[in-house]
Amino acid sequence: MAHHAPEEGRFGRFGGRFVPESLVPACQELEEAFANAWADPEFLSTYRRILADYGGRPTPLTECRRLSEQLGIRLLLKREDLAHTGSHKLNNVIGQALLTKRMGKTRLVAETGAGQHGVATATAAALFGLQCTVYMGETDVRRQELNVFRMRLLGAEVRPVNSGSATLKDAINEAMRDWVGSVEDSHYCLGSVMGPHPYPWMVRELQRVVGDEAAGQCRSATGEDPDFVVACVGGGSNAAGTFAGFVDTKAALVGVEAAGGAAVTNGVLGVVHGMASLFIQDDAGQILEAHSISAGLDYPGVGPEHSFLAESGRAKYVSASDAEVLDAFVALGRTEGIVPALESAHALAWVMKEAGREIPSGSTVVLTLSGRGDKDVAQVMEMGII
Amino acid sequence: MTQTLAPQSLEETLRSARDRGKKLLVPYVTGGFGDDWPHLVAAVAHAGADAVEVGIPFSDPVMDGPVIQETSRLALQAGATPSSVLADAAREQPGVPLVAMTYYNLAFRAGLERFAAQSHDSGFSGAILADLPLDEAGPWLAAAQAQSLATILLVAPTTPPERMERICKASSGFVYGVGVMGVTGERDALSRSAVEVAKRLKAVTDLPVLIGVGVTDADQARSLCEIADGVIVGSALMRRRLANQSAEEVAEVVAGIRRGLDRG
Ligand SMILES: Cc1ncc(COP(=O)(O)O)c(C=O)c1O
Repeated sequence: MAHHAPEEGRFGRFGGRFVPESLVPACQELEEAFANAWADPEFLSTYRRILADYGGRPTPLTECRRLSEQLGIRLLLKREDLAHTGSHKLNNVIGQALLTKRMGKTRLVAETGAGQHGVATATAAALFGLQCTVYMGETDVRRQELNVFRMRLLGAEVRPVNSGSATLKDAINEAMRDWVGSVEDSHYCLGSVMGPHPYPWMVRELQRVVGDEAAGQCRSATGEDPDFVVACVGGGSNAAGTFAGFVDTKAALVGVEAAGGAAVTNGVLGVVHGMASLFIQDDAGQILEAHSISAGLDYPGVGPEHSFLAESGRAKYVSASDAEVLDAFVALGRTEGIVPALESAHALAWVMKEAGREIPSGSTVVLTLSGRGDKDVAQVMEMGII
Repeated sequence: MTQTLAPQSLEETLRSARDRGKKLLVPYVTGGFGDDWPHLVAAVAHAGADAVEVGIPFSDPVMDGPVIQETSRLALQAGATPSSVLADAAREQPGVPLVAMTYYNLAFRAGLERFAAQSHDSGFSGAILADLPLDEAGPWLAAAQAQSLATILLVAPTTPPERMERICKASSGFVYGVGVMGVTGERDALSRSAVEVAKRLKAVTDLPVLIGVGVTDADQARSLCEIADGVIVGSALMRRRLANQSAEEVAEVVAGIRRGLDRG
């Protein structure tokens, strides 16, 4: 996970830039703009300053005392739920909004699943005086009502998407269609480590602050590197940013997918949404719908670097079922007073299941809590499980 | 279904028509949409097409607007697969070259060699892969060439001059000028970018230059063909199909565009 761009946007046999010709020049422009910006001390200091005095970074690494005791491990949470707007998504969006300004563009287009990336994009648009259009599947508009209103409150236009499964995959299709027609003045602010080069590389770099901070914080707190580093995986941005801080340590890296959208576990190599990666698809190559309780993980593909890390064996990918996730969602609130996003609860569900088994007792585990659960409270309330 | 039909060379057919002073017309039909779609392929062919573009429906068509998204969805719902569309397209003897239009994942999943062979063996002369740009096209170009299948590459209004020349060198059959910055769908007026792309392409290539995306009626087709060698018309036909017009009614629209082009 070096900082510089992977050659031709490839991570092993994954990645690349498979977009309609209309978008090729924009991807090239973006690649160049990001490469220059990321090597420009002034850009870096502006980005870091905004993340600090606007975004609330660094976020803490919280030691879970009661839950650790129950599980027989030492569990440390990287608290992205405490970042402004309530998730890790802001790290990426601040960087891309700064780039948008640098490229002289005036409008952000984004897709969103859980609404967290949409809210972060709407926030950055407000902060930088940019226009903002967010595409969101109709299914997600319904289950993440609160975030839809937040985006509108922030001045963004939210366009519901009816096509296909009306979830994240279809929102991405629609955002790409918008971008094909608006590329001259609009930047596609993609929310995860996916899509055509340079997005998977760029978004990972913009999220590596999570892993870099956590690695330092873990050493200060425990005197050493953790045994396990765990994060949930939708497209894979919080996991990629987290792993970037630990890839050169002894830590086992574990990505947790939703059981109904487990592209690394159940996917096959394909080329969709601009990238060669693993996708859940039928024998003919038609992409199948994912199904997950959490809108943010309801995606049938995964970012190319995760496919590569899985194939090379450096990281391992597992999945958690909706039921396990709900248990973890409740457990964290009741033991630590923290209500996690349903997405983040996937990572916790795996740790709770494997503590004392695959995770030997006494292990130190750093888990990225990618977001807070306020957005999910209404959905869980309706399920009547409490 | 096995076709013994040897595919006509797309490029030879189009070049010779153009060199006789004819303007080229390539209608688009979504494969698998409507029970009688192979009949529609033949009907538009007989109404004056120089080739027919047959869409193989894909679950995530990012270059397509609402009309072709919908026909693709309905075709998939009716059970269309890449194999069934390839096998059935020439069933009613269209008599003009057929070009498959789809997205890369379907060729990739089948295996590039296999997909190219299957296209050729079903009587197809060429293929357009909407999300496969020049830089990533190497493996496909090799597979297609081995089957004498033309690969039509796209050029967009945003494509810079030097890149445009490289695309034209790698393209065969014809070169597809994307008329507007946007996805497929009808437009009220001919956009300036369509004329501009046509001019730029004609200045750098001897390949037949066809303009598609946003070409809606005979008037637009005719004024574009003052510069371009031809046009591709899709959504304007598929919209009528979605409104339940018969193959003959749709073919009549194609015939109208043909008459417009021939009048010059
Ligand atoms: C809180 C939270 N975590 C995780 C994700 C999944 O995205 P990624 O895998 O890119 O981190 C989302 C996406 O919406 C999210 O809102």
